[in-house]
Amino acid sequence: MDAVVDITVLALLGVTAVALLRIRNLVAVVMLSGIYSLLCAALYTMLDAVDVAFTEAAVGAGISTVLMLGTLSLVKREEKKPAHRPILPLFVVLVTGGVLIYGTSEMPPFGQADNPAHLHVAPRYVEESGHEIGMPNIVTSVLGSYRGYDTMGETTVIFTALVGVLLLLSTGPRNRRPWSAEERKADHDRAGTDPHG
Amino acid sequence: MDDRVILRVGTKFLIPFILLFALYVQFHGDYGPGGGFQAGVIFAAAFVLYALVYGLGHAKRVLPPLFAHTCSALGVMIFAGTGVVTMLKGGLFLDYNVLLHDPHHGQHWGIFSVEFGVLVTVFGVMVSIFYAFAGRRRDEA
Amino acid sequence: MRLLGYFNYWIVVVLMMVGFYTMISRGNLVKKLVGLSVFQTSVMILYISLGKIFGGTAPILLEGQEHVIYTNPIPSVLILTAIVVGVATLAVGLALVVRINEAYGTIEEDEIHQQDDVM
Repeated sequence: MDAVVDITVLALLGVTAVALLRIRNLVAVVMLSGIYSLLCAALYTMLDAVDVAFTEAAVGAGISTVLMLGTLSLVKREEKKPAHRPILPLFVVLVTGGVLIYGTSEMPPFGQADNPAHLHVAPRYVEESGHEIGMPNIVTSVLGSYRGYDTMGETTVIFTALVGVLLLLSTGPRNRRPWSAEERKADHDRAGTDPHG
Repeated sequence: MDDRVILRVGTKFLIPFILLFALYVQFHGDYGPGGGFQAGVIFAAAFVLYALVYGLGHAKRVLPPLFAHTCSALGVMIFAGTGVVTMLKGGLFLDYNVLLHDPHHGQHWGIFSVEFGVLVTVFGVMVSIFYAFAGRRRDEA
Repeated sequence: MRLLGYFNYWIVVVLMMVGFYTMISRGNLVKKLVGLSVFQTSVMILYISLGKIFGGTAPILLEGQEHVIYTNPIPSVLILTAIVVGVATLAVGLALVVRINEAYGTIEEDEIHQQDDVM
């Protein structure tokens, strides 16, 4: 039963990803990416990562959709038709994908208890965190206590991202469009510098 | 604005529950799925919903941008401050065992404080980012 | 069961390919960011798949029960923070898109290059 749901959700993810690639109406793309996130959350629940599923549902399907819609209210909502045949990108992607698929043949099979990933640090967390930390949720124990440094770093990254966004968006638009070549030239001559610099 | 009565009343009805749910996620994170990251996002989502329905001006009066900015810095300070307190108490940075007499209690309060810091930062950052995007005018040229 | 042993990894590779292809073949900057998040998600699914143990349960300790198999908590912890950092970086990317749109009036890569070449 688990296997059936797993395969179905993964197949739906694949279909949604291809739809994301092909649809050119950006509002539809953003809504589809919300659906994609919800499907991911379902998959994470299936794979017993409930905390991650929760985060993905709240962040991926909620906040990032709102942010993308906020951006789309400022920019054009229709994607232009691609001008040239994408032979080179296709080649690069196929080669990368082929190498990765070849690489998976060396990987331990999915879901076995004796996979290398489960043999080293994880058993210690599972066995000892109950006594050492005294909390049922191992993920919270690891996140807050064993790997508190990591979490502090992540919190700082989020804060830094906010600083970046505010630096980019808190000033008004200086260069109004349409910005013709003549205007640019004049600006360039006046300032004596590169207008992009 | 007045033609969206159902939306406005429904939103008013929903927001307290969203906030309450965020607090539940925060404080129940030790026992079930949840924690500061999720709670912060849900908390922010309540204000984003308010801003979407009632307009950015009202939302900014309820929750000034400066407050959100302060929150995002404050959370990181709470997190790092917890580490500093454990150092002052004679332990290592972020070693909660020394916080209280009993290591279990110390761990409990340490994780609580750290998760609270995460909640405050994530909440502040998400609301501030939303304000930054929503406050932008569409270019009329 | 043998097929399922690698099915997750293959789908992860396919998702990664679709995301990567979206990023490098499409000129629209918002589309590129969507492709980036598909790419990102594929890596996350790979991590979470590595953590799964058949017959296991979510890593929340059950009181009074011995010999329960718990799924590996470490990928969960890593990916939990990665998702939130992912949305923060997405916000920075979108902010850049907004600024580019204000400076050039378009978010199509080739039109931006055209305007630059006119200089």
